[in-house]
Amino acid sequence: MSANTPTVSKTAEPLPPPTERYSVVRWLHKNLFSTWYNALLTVVMLALAALLVRGVLEWALTQARWEVISANLRLFMVGQYPVTALWRIWACVALLAFLIGMSWGIWGRMQRGGAVAFGALPFILAIITSDEPSRVALVITGIAGIVGYALSWRWGAVVQRVSIIGWILYFPILFVLVSGLDAADSVLPPVPTNLWGGLLLTLLLTVVGIVFSFPLGVLLALGRQSKLPVINWLCVIYIELIRGVPFISVLFMAQLMLPLFLPGITIDRVVRAMAGVIIFSAAYLAENVRGGLQSIPRGQHEAARALGLSPWQTTLLIVLPQALRAVIPILVGQFIALFKDTSLVVIVGLLDLMGIARTVLAQPDFLGLQAEVYTFVAFVYGVFCYLMSAFSQRLEAHLHIGR
Amino acid sequence: MEAPPRPTSPLRLSRAFWRDERFIQIAVQVLFLALVIWIGSVALRNMFTSLQQQGLALGFDFLRSGAGFDISDALIAYSSSDTFARALQVGLINTILVSFLGIVLSTLLGIVVGVARLSSNWLVNRMAWVFVEIMRNVPLLVLLVFIYTAFFLKLPRARQAVSIGPVYLSNRGVAAPWGEPTDTWSLYLSVLAGALIAGVLAGFAMRWWQERSGRPRPLVWPPLLTMAVIAIAGWVVLPQPPLTISYPEIAGFNFQGGKVLSPEFMALLIGLVIYTAGFIGEVVRAGIQAVPKGQVEAARALGLTPLRTLRLVVFPQALRLIIPPMTNQYLNLTKNSTLAVAIGYPDLFAISGTIINQTGRAVEMIAVVMGVYLILSLLTSLIMNWYNRRVRLVER
Repeated sequence: MSANTPTVSKTAEPLPPPTERYSVVRWLHKNLFSTWYNALLTVVMLALAALLVRGVLEWALTQARWEVISANLRLFMVGQYPVTALWRIWACVALLAFLIGMSWGIWGRMQRGGAVAFGALPFILAIITSDEPSRVALVITGIAGIVGYALSWRWGAVVQRVSIIGWILYFPILFVLVSGLDAADSVLPPVPTNLWGGLLLTLLLTVVGIVFSFPLGVLLALGRQSKLPVINWLCVIYIELIRGVPFISVLFMAQLMLPLFLPGITIDRVVRAMAGVIIFSAAYLAENVRGGLQSIPRGQHEAARALGLSPWQTTLLIVLPQALRAVIPILVGQFIALFKDTSLVVIVGLLDLMGIARTVLAQPDFLGLQAEVYTFVAFVYGVFCYLMSAFSQRLEAHLHIGR
Repeated sequence: MEAPPRPTSPLRLSRAFWRDERFIQIAVQVLFLALVIWIGSVALRNMFTSLQQQGLALGFDFLRSGAGFDISDALIAYSSSDTFARALQVGLINTILVSFLGIVLSTLLGIVVGVARLSSNWLVNRMAWVFVEIMRNVPLLVLLVFIYTAFFLKLPRARQAVSIGPVYLSNRGVAAPWGEPTDTWSLYLSVLAGALIAGVLAGFAMRWWQERSGRPRPLVWPPLLTMAVIAIAGWVVLPQPPLTISYPEIAGFNFQGGKVLSPEFMALLIGLVIYTAGFIGEVVRAGIQAVPKGQVEAARALGLTPLRTLRLVVFPQALRLIIPPMTNQYLNLTKNSTLAVAIGYPDLFAISGTIINQTGRAVEMIAVVMGVYLILSLLTSLIMNWYNRRVRLVER
């Protein structure tokens, strides 16, 4: 027996995996100059990049007249929103910071570096800004965020419940604070929607779009999965019709035809635009949710039915939670697209971030500064989109979904 | 052993009809349909009454009356005395032109970006990444307006135009050399058609030869060579060259000769192309990355060269994953071309907007616009679905 055992087994010790020692030269060789055409490509691209970066920096640091932004910052942020009511916007921001602080403490304890950066942001802005009330508001915002974070470390379980309730209540609170109550109210006098503008309007359109189109989209997706032909067909027609036409035509329809459909009721332009955003976004969300619904194996339905759940209970308690969880990254992507798409409301005459950019460019002091203004607008959009996608990636990692 | 207990009461087979599932299903559908019809009819009735109050009747007769506005970029003959219908045709052709050129160019650029994202060259990889991130995080509208107002309108006037070889850049747009057709042009077109047919035949012949001999034969260059030879021969043989090249020249405040592409058109095309290329780049990257590494290794082990591996193994498999999202990008590009209205390029939507402003016929024009875009979208998806079926994995 022992004669048959291969003798090699003793001598053949597995070699340790080759360790790559990284030096600068090796890295350069491997990543930039591995072959002659790679080297050529590197040199050409380096020249191109240097030219681009130099050109942009030279323009941004020496030629650009950034005072057009600083002089109109309030306009860019909130449009014509009355100064006396600005504290309401700041209250929303501070509340948001408080909620983010709490949530970060509960769900994102691992990302401490990010938390520090995010917590420091309001204070840095407070140092930069020259406006005294804004500085106070920014400091309050920063403190609210830190307090929220600190609370979550001390009383995690309670704070978790509070923050979930807070997030749910945030939307109605936001709406009441921004739009105000009836005229008789002295604390919260109403602010008509034609004064909403700038980033505030962009964000409101996005938030309203998300909050209302989400349930509508889920219903449409369920309807499209339905075995009842009438419901199925109506949902298919709606979804495909809306997805087949440009967003701007839906916005136009909402703007021009809603008043015709509902005579006697005056719907103001912002609400009409919101209706357009919801109608449009729901169709796209429905398709995304349908992807999630289709990914749920049949066994889940059958098991739920076998346990005696009704079809409605099966859908609400078993299928939908799994389906929505599976498509969270796609939904966030859809929300980012929605956020970007709201810029189109400028074409129907609303003063969102893009609309304000146009009015600022019409100011006699700042004629011909399109490059500065649109670079700033692009930057603001870019920052928000980047934050949303970074959040989505964290969420994905947290929930162990996606790749 | 006892017999199992019998059910004490016989199973009730008949139920109240309103608890029968089939009845419930039908009732739900009937109710839902009735609700939709009711809402629709109320909305429509309201619309008709409010239109009547404004003194407007629905109908498309107004399209036959004179438009009375000028269109800067018209590919077909058009003047302000033509009808609204003609103006719409101009817009439709512009939309199709921009969408078609945009799809072709953004596909090419997108493939370059996607391959660059996978490059082992760190610098190329990072630059492609920056490009993609900018395109994905900035709204198309901002991009378009930026290119238009901050670049094209900031160019010098025609007299001080920047020249890049024979091409001039100015705030009048891009002036480039262009072929002017001569008398023999129509004849030459039939020569070109003949060249195309001969090329296709050559392709079939090479394929037949490859299949008969069982050895790889060149499939790409012989057909192309056939086409080129016939096209060049036709050009030389004809008594007069079918095209004379006309170069743009600065004359007064404008250009003479050549082809002047308006700044609106260029801004729209460039904006759409680079924006969509960012998205297509990600689609291409994801498609190529999804091909298992084993496939490449197996192909290399079989002795295929890297280029052949890419062409014969990676691309055909990646294509299957790429086609459906690519179709979506093409549809998006076509729909996004409506943003032309923001920079004043007269596409279908912009012209419809003008007509709404002039006539107040919002309902009809919105119906026309939506109908046309629906048809365009359907056509694009039909073509892409046909192509998708061709490249799909054939399963037994």
